Amino acid sequence: MNLASSPLATIDGLSVTLEHYLVVSGVVFAIGIAIALSKRNAIAVLMGVELMLNAVNLTFVAFTRFSQNADNASVLAGHVFVVFVLTVAAAEAAVALAMAVLVYRRRETVDLDRLNLLRW
Amino acid sequence: MESLGIIAGFWILSGVTVGASLAVFAVRNLLHAVVFLILAFVGMAGLFITLSADFLAVAQLLIYAGAISVLLVFAVMLTPMANRDNANSLYMLPGGAFALAFATIVAFVAIEVDWSQLRGDALNGRNFSTTVGDVGQALLGPHVLAFEIASVLLLAALVGAIVLVHEDERAPEDRGEAA
Repeated sequence: MNLASSPLATIDGLSVTLEHYLVVSGVVFAIGIAIALSKRNAIAVLMGVELMLNAVNLTFVAFTRFSQNADNASVLAGHVFVVFVLTVAAAEAAVALAMAVLVYRRRETVDLDRLNLLRW
Repeated sequence: MESLGIIAGFWILSGVTVGASLAVFAVRNLLHAVVFLILAFVGMAGLFITLSADFLAVAQLLIYAGAISVLLVFAVMLTPMANRDNANSLYMLPGGAFALAFATIVAFVAIEVDWSQLRGDALNGRNFSTTVGDVGQALLGPHVLAFEIASVLLLAALVGAIVLVHEDERAPEDRGEAA
């Protein structure tokens, strides 16, 4: 495209490319790791896991958007995968939160540092 | 991806998403953390829209910002005696260091690799008005087996969650387990 005649030529250096989305996704995934590894409350750990799943979804959607694959049948395969990730995330959240409530009922805490039932 | 709207949208939404995710880590109240998590989900849905994924953006709003966040609030509310100070455990330093290293590696790879081959011609050439129809065709066409398995998984999760939190009124001895 003709940069000189474009009224937006000055912002062309800011043009959004695949790597922008990959960096954002990597940063959000890393924040999710930090939350999942360092939080004490089991529900906060789940929040970190949800953030990680979300970051992976962003990667799928970004690669789909920037794909060169002209094959009509699989052009939106990334979107379909994200739909399945959403499904599994919803199922995982329901079961994990039910387990958190169950553990709380027995132990009066969801503090992961104090849940050492499986310690040998 | 050169239009001013997409560029401004990307920077604003990614700022909101990353800032809200950091706030989830930093705030000292678990319910505030849930609120910032919802904000991060909404920002992520906006990023999906800048990537022309309209169906996924709406699904993201419904499932993550709507359903999962309500589940999280329920879980926080159902554990009233648990700590709600969003405290970090002893693993905060190694966990944070690992996360920082991971972000550095991903950012390095993403910036160093030459992605200029990928310009999005597959979608640019299609002229979608919406992706909903095509996602639906793909779900019920080539991916129909996974679709059905996902529905069975959802049913199993539903039943499992109900069974797990179901309160048994009988005494522990009658249930055949040690009290």
